[in-house]
Amino acid sequence: MGILEGEKVTKFFGGLAAVFDVDFDIDEGEIVGLIGPNGAGKTTLFNLISGSLSTTGGEIRYQGKRISNLKPHQICRLGIARTFQSVNLFGNISVFDHVFLGSICGTASRTKAVDARHKAATILELVGLPARKSELAKNLPLGEQKRLEIGRALATEPRVLLLDEVMAGLTATELNSFTTLIRQIRSGGTTILLVEHVMQAIMAICDRIIVLHHGVKLAEGLPQEIAKNQKVIEVYLGTDAYAER
Amino acid sequence: MLNVNRLSLFYGKIQVLWEVCLRIDEKEMVAVIGSNASGKTSLLNAISGLLTPSSGTVEFLGKGIVKMPAYRIARLGISHIPEGGGLFPDMKVSENLELGAYIHAGEKEKRETLQRVYEIFPALAARAGQVARTLSGGERQMLAIGRGLMSKPRLCMLDEPSYALSPLLVMEVFKAVRDLRDRGTTILLVEQDIKRALEMADRAYLLENGRVVLDGPRELFLQSDHVRKAYLGL
Amino acid sequence: MDYGKGLWTKSFFSSLLVLFLATLPFYMPPYTPLAVTSILMYVVLTVSWAMFCGPTRYMSLATATFFGVGMYTSAVLGERLPFPVVVLCGSLGSFFIGLLTGYICLRLRGFYFAIFTFGLNELVRNFVLWWEGRVAHTVGRWVVLVDSLTIYYYMLAIVVLTVLVTFFINRSKYGLILLSIGEAEEAASHIGINVTRYRIVFFALSCFFMGMAGAVMATKWAYIDPRIAFNPVLNFTPVLMALFGGVGKMYGPIVGAGILTLASEILLSRFPYYYMLLYGSLFIVIISFLPDGLVGLTGRWRRNRGTR
Repeated sequence: MGILEGEKVTKFFGGLAAVFDVDFDIDEGEIVGLIGPNGAGKTTLFNLISGSLSTTGGEIRYQGKRISNLKPHQICRLGIARTFQSVNLFGNISVFDHVFLGSICGTASRTKAVDARHKAATILELVGLPARKSELAKNLPLGEQKRLEIGRALATEPRVLLLDEVMAGLTATELNSFTTLIRQIRSGGTTILLVEHVMQAIMAICDRIIVLHHGVKLAEGLPQEIAKNQKVIEVYLGTDAYAER
Repeated sequence: MLNVNRLSLFYGKIQVLWEVCLRIDEKEMVAVIGSNASGKTSLLNAISGLLTPSSGTVEFLGKGIVKMPAYRIARLGISHIPEGGGLFPDMKVSENLELGAYIHAGEKEKRETLQRVYEIFPALAARAGQVARTLSGGERQMLAIGRGLMSKPRLCMLDEPSYALSPLLVMEVFKAVRDLRDRGTTILLVEQDIKRALEMADRAYLLENGRVVLDGPRELFLQSDHVRKAYLGL
Repeated sequence: MDYGKGLWTKSFFSSLLVLFLATLPFYMPPYTPLAVTSILMYVVLTVSWAMFCGPTRYMSLATATFFGVGMYTSAVLGERLPFPVVVLCGSLGSFFIGLLTGYICLRLRGFYFAIFTFGLNELVRNFVLWWEGRVAHTVGRWVVLVDSLTIYYYMLAIVVLTVLVTFFINRSKYGLILLSIGEAEEAASHIGINVTRYRIVFFALSCFFMGMAGAVMATKWAYIDPRIAFNPVLNFTPVLMALFGGVGKMYGPIVGAGILTLASEILLSRFPYYYMLLYGSLFIVIISFLPDGLVGLTGRWRRNRGTR
């Protein structure tokens, strides 16, 4: 039994099954990649886990307890945090205050303001933004905005971190530093679930990969297995070039 | 075909482009690369008339277009496909495409162009009646490019067509872009995926903080230490 | 936020202003406190409106409802209870109705929230009209009179209270929380903020002060009926004044309400025929040049964004 489990998770939008009968079992400390074509249901699955959406069927369990229909803020307090596909920051709030807010509101037990400030400073160091702490979020370039979103999520002291396409739009060099950051986060004990299209990143950091297609789990396994999986190549990768690594 | 000479652009008091020079000849594919906030999108916006530069000139087919309103620049034959597509979310695929052909009056011409776009992107044909908002990311990108093609442009400017697309779709999008080039459309490609951009383009310009720091054929870039370290992670 | 010098200066001048207003009756003709009372009323309504709607960007058009509830409390209880208690009851009445309203329109945002609140006012107005007519058998009510000086000091105290509460909210984590709800509500809920709870509580809090003002002002107007108490125009006036002054900074609503009320009094007395025309034009001109409201002026002049 892993830290985050899903059993026959299903979500219907009217007649359309965005996610159908998906099972998953994530162990603590893993980095699991969630890939699939656009519209495969990856973000929907994230939304179901984080509480933005409620399941139509099936169950999601965190540390053995059912969380399927809790509200987002409750799930956050339990220890699951996320970032968003299109960066969802508080534009007119400063970088520091983003992380401060996450620390004060999102932790399982009450955090005092003074502790929250310390923690915010530490996290800003980790994500590489201490120099920008007074800057308003809307004035940051994309790469820094993504770091801030990660920092804000980390401030809530999650055991499980859901990252939704954080690597999109980054140069190869930025990708390297983000990969390092994610590894650092994992070594701190956080389990990471990663939706990505940037295959270099996925292949480099994930312990395991789950592939979704049309809302259904298509394949699951080690990166190398997935990279060679014919079905996955056909619907998603387009080539077996990723298998080289 | 397109000649950008010492273009400078401000956002309020902040300068985002510094005397940028760029040239595209007919039937070329030129890439503009650089990280976020390097000014790539601003450059395209300045060329297509969405923003007015503070100094410098832009000549398209011999005409100066700096002071022209955007719709007239579009009529001259420049198609700007913005980052994210700029689609009309509540309109159907077919309606989005038809609006792309707005500047051409002829019904027959519109239908022919529509057919051709459907040939290039069969996925769009299958979803012709679907509302744009319900399309997935990759399909939206296809639609954006398709709509850009409807105006039968002389110059097609693509802003990060591969953003957030699955590897398979990235391949398809670039296949479509290559297809376009083979059909004779001149293309200006802004891309984050530098490797891909260099694979396809004849020439490239590297923008950093609003300045052109390197320009030339692909080999020049692949051999540059700076590019390898800062962008290709090598 | 680094208040530093700014905070001391502001506190100093604010205290000076309050002192000036408090001693007004001693050196101004009796009419002045009466006129200023109206201004104070608009300031309370605007500041309490902006307390919630400013940071969260929910546009409430139900100010008149909560103001009216306070008024009616005064009318009904005025004869039986001492004045301070009546005022408290009016505030609490509005508070609880605010809680109820907040709970009912939980799923609404943006435009829908605005329309709902506007409709709410109409609902309450007509309900009270019906009740008064059928159950209480009266059209309007007379309100126990209180002398104008007392009213003046009560309103001044309410202004000070409302402004202080707003100030302390903004400085505290709640200010940040409300701002985050206005910026990105979905993201806010994902970092542990119980958006529902904050929406309901702070909305009701703003209603509390509207009710307080209503309970006091009823004694000034002496006669109220549903049309007067739940006057729809009062739904919009605080919004306009807040936008005019600018919701970005805390003093924006105060300045906006003060200037617009003053302007309307002056215009009304000098140009009784063209008053509306001039008033409207003033509004349009300011908003065209300063879309952020009057506070935009200081923004341009100082040219640095303050953050916390």
